[in-house]
Amino acid sequence: MNTSTPFYRWLAAALLSAGVTLPAQAQEDPIKVGILHSLSGTMAISESTLKDTMLMLIEQQNAAGGLLGRQLEPVVVDPASNWPLFAEKARELLAQEKVDVIFGNWTSVSRKSVLPVVEELNGLLFYPVQYEGEESSENVFYTGAAPNQQAIPAVNYLMNNVGVERWVLAGTDYVYPRTTNKILEAYLKGHGVADEDIMINYTPFGHSDWQNIVSDIKRFGSEGKKTAVVSTINGDANVPFYRELGNQGIDAADIPVVAFSVGEQELSGIDTAPLVGHLAAWNYFMSVDNDANYDFIDAWIDYTGDEMSVTNDPMEAHYIGFNMWLEAVRKAGTPDVDAVKDAIIGVTVPNLTGGYAAMMPNHHITKPVLIGEIQDNGQFSVVWETPSTVAGDAWSDYLEGSRDLISDWRKPMECGNYNVVEASCGGGVEAQ
Amino acid sequence: MRITRCLTLWLLLCALMLALLGSAQAQQDDPGKPLLEALASASYAAKSDAIDAIVASGDSRSRAWLEALNDGKLQQNKQTGQFVVVLANRGRNWPVEDALSGEPLGEMSRRELDRIGINNALRGQLRSTLAVLDLYVDNPDARLQAANDLLGQVDAGMVAPLEAVRDQEPSEAVQERLTEALAIYRLEQGDAQAIEALSGSLHPEARAALNGAAASDDPALAAQAKKALDGIEQTLKINRGFETLYFGLSLGSVLVLAAIGLAITFGVMGVINMAHGELIMLGAYTSWGMQQLLPGQPGLAVILSIPAGFLVAGLAGVAIERCVIQFLKGRPLETLLATFGVSLILQQLVRTLVSPLNRTVITPEWMSGSLVINDALSLTLNRLYVLGFALLVFAGLMLVMRRTRLGLEVRAVTQNRAMARSMGIRATRVDMLTFGLGAGVAGLAGVALAQLTNVGPNLGQSYIIDSFMVVVFGGVGNLWGTLVAGMSLGVINQVLEPWAGAVLAKIIVLVFIILFIQKRPRGLFPQKGRAAEG
Repeated sequence: MNTSTPFYRWLAAALLSAGVTLPAQAQEDPIKVGILHSLSGTMAISESTLKDTMLMLIEQQNAAGGLLGRQLEPVVVDPASNWPLFAEKARELLAQEKVDVIFGNWTSVSRKSVLPVVEELNGLLFYPVQYEGEESSENVFYTGAAPNQQAIPAVNYLMNNVGVERWVLAGTDYVYPRTTNKILEAYLKGHGVADEDIMINYTPFGHSDWQNIVSDIKRFGSEGKKTAVVSTINGDANVPFYRELGNQGIDAADIPVVAFSVGEQELSGIDTAPLVGHLAAWNYFMSVDNDANYDFIDAWIDYTGDEMSVTNDPMEAHYIGFNMWLEAVRKAGTPDVDAVKDAIIGVTVPNLTGGYAAMMPNHHITKPVLIGEIQDNGQFSVVWETPSTVAGDAWSDYLEGSRDLISDWRKPMECGNYNVVEASCGGGVEAQ
Repeated sequence: MRITRCLTLWLLLCALMLALLGSAQAQQDDPGKPLLEALASASYAAKSDAIDAIVASGDSRSRAWLEALNDGKLQQNKQTGQFVVVLANRGRNWPVEDALSGEPLGEMSRRELDRIGINNALRGQLRSTLAVLDLYVDNPDARLQAANDLLGQVDAGMVAPLEAVRDQEPSEAVQERLTEALAIYRLEQGDAQAIEALSGSLHPEARAALNGAAASDDPALAAQAKKALDGIEQTLKINRGFETLYFGLSLGSVLVLAAIGLAITFGVMGVINMAHGELIMLGAYTSWGMQQLLPGQPGLAVILSIPAGFLVAGLAGVAIERCVIQFLKGRPLETLLATFGVSLILQQLVRTLVSPLNRTVITPEWMSGSLVINDALSLTLNRLYVLGFALLVFAGLMLVMRRTRLGLEVRAVTQNRAMARSMGIRATRVDMLTFGLGAGVAGLAGVALAQLTNVGPNLGQSYIIDSFMVVVFGGVGNLWGTLVAGMSLGVINQVLEPWAGAVLAKIIVLVFIILFIQKRPRGLFPQKGRAAEG
């Protein structure tokens, strides 16, 4: 037994030390942040900068001491602009990597593909891009604009401040423009715009021959009433569209074009001299005169090492979403999904335009709406903004079937589509 | 030691402050200062009055101020309140000069400056204000442009001076325009006599005014305006026909350019090259790279990128042929898959090496804008150049295939490989050169497309299907077929588009081609003779 005593002692010491170090190690286990943005394929043009934004924010947070005393560890996957692959990669992040939160997606198709996975595995997803609404999920937080935070205020601006009476609704042929235009058409008709004063036009993805459409718009606009184009044309197709506008001599003072998908990044691919004065509606512009914004821009330029790199609205959405998540984790004291989900509602963080963004019970946030005019340096100058922030509305008030729905994820309701007329949850899912 | 350094620093600071105060003082006394201060007010209505005040002041610098304001370059230093004109506004630090004295002030950071805001309504006001000033310059083109800008912008206060200017105007064109501009104003005021002056005008503003009059409560005025509009409508219809034809030819020229390289590699050699689109993309990126090499000279860069684009894409083509295609001869399925792989590799290579973001290719001055035939018909210049370029490339390629030794050898090898080899033609070398030629032409297409569309990693993908469509429709192996097919598909598409919409027009064209191929499997111009059996 003489020999065994040291062994037991050794074992006891080992166990003891393990017992001491185990929780310490758990403390040092990093909190994993999943980043689900395409780095190859069509969407890489927009999404790769968002990945870099997230990496920069995580790096900054780690330099500032991490979260709850733990470091943050980014897990980057590449869904390659392939919608089904988005679902697979989301599953990989949640099931294998066991990330605590996912920041990602661009385009509604990709979000719809990820949605069932995030709900099944109870993950958290922050979606940073403007979208068409008509959706509310317990596991998704929409930090981009809903239609009432972008499209409706922009149309109001044109109607009331510019005096537009004739409308061209031009869009790329997919779910976001079609739903947005449906909402806008209902809204315009509700404001007494006649049928013949609305022209709706859809084009395929990546459309490059705009001659006929632009000349149609020109003709539509020379009927004596002030005309404007509301464009939901998607990213890439905008370059040839704006070029054609410039070449056919359509001046912003005659027929302004207000775009919902053209930001600083899209403009960095165009010579903007002929486009000066055309409009865009966003919740953030790089040109916003605010110190928080200048600091963010400086950090971004230092991070990318490119003096000419630009910031845009979805980047700000990630900035807000990330800070909200940090705040909620601090409040809950744990990165556990259920705790964070409850804690985040009501969390308020500063945005980059000099105000505050609050997470509403319907998982949308409050945002100011800014209308900017394109400048010759590819930036926007703000010409109008809402007097206060606007809360995102998941279900549009202008569409039949979605009008009666509300979303509230607080206890005891916890319902994403509560029908106030039937007083039941789940009414009107067909509105989707 | 430390104290002296502190003192020097303090003295320096004092001197700096004094200098700043001095320049601020200089601005204080300037009569222009209150004018600009009025501009800096928050409300756009007040700014509008401030613009009028600047014009009324007759200050010799007013034009420069208004132009800077129009460009958003008139700014104010947040701390000192000094007004500056920004000379270049890219990046974070901008070179500026004093707005009042015009002396350069070095660089200021974006943070320090406050832009004097301007919106579209003010820009419209500025445009007509500047146009009135421009009516007095010597250059008749500038005067015509100014008169054009005044259409639909005339207000009550401008009528008398404009009439005076018109009566002294030597140029007839400018005179006519001014008469029109005044007539639009009079018609808006309900003057029926103005209709006569506008009845021949095709300008949208004139039509807008007539439309307004046609909807007025005065039945006599409305009837007269309607009659004038009907007359205009006839002329417009003819113009619209020409316009559609031009649109069609222009779209067709893009299709021909994209497809003609493929007509060589696929049509003549029979290689299904899925990387054809990426060769076009390489040409477009060469165009961008050339502009990076020659900053400030976009015109020269475009011209130089024509040979450069041909070489880059051609060499890439030769490399693809040497490394991949020559080993897969006679195995079309494997060639298809392998070249598809090459296309993905090239795309991702550009994404990694250059950037996943689109690149800006600047359109040179002489290629932007449009050639104005009349008020209702203008041909966009960049597309006109591309149309001409497509025809040139086609003619050049025809010449190579018909008149040169290489063309002869290519035709010999494709018609009967074994026989050609026994005659001493090095078939593998000819294969390589032919593929390089086809690839080089794709590069030329890229240079042209860089002027029309996005330069990004996905550029090629959007053209590959159209290219195959054109080649198959035109008849495989026939260059004339490619030209006729491209042009006719372009025109058909543009004729259909106004009433079917862009999406449906594409579908109809595709269905039409499928049906056509059912009837004539070898396309528009089938190859005849022994070559056709191969």
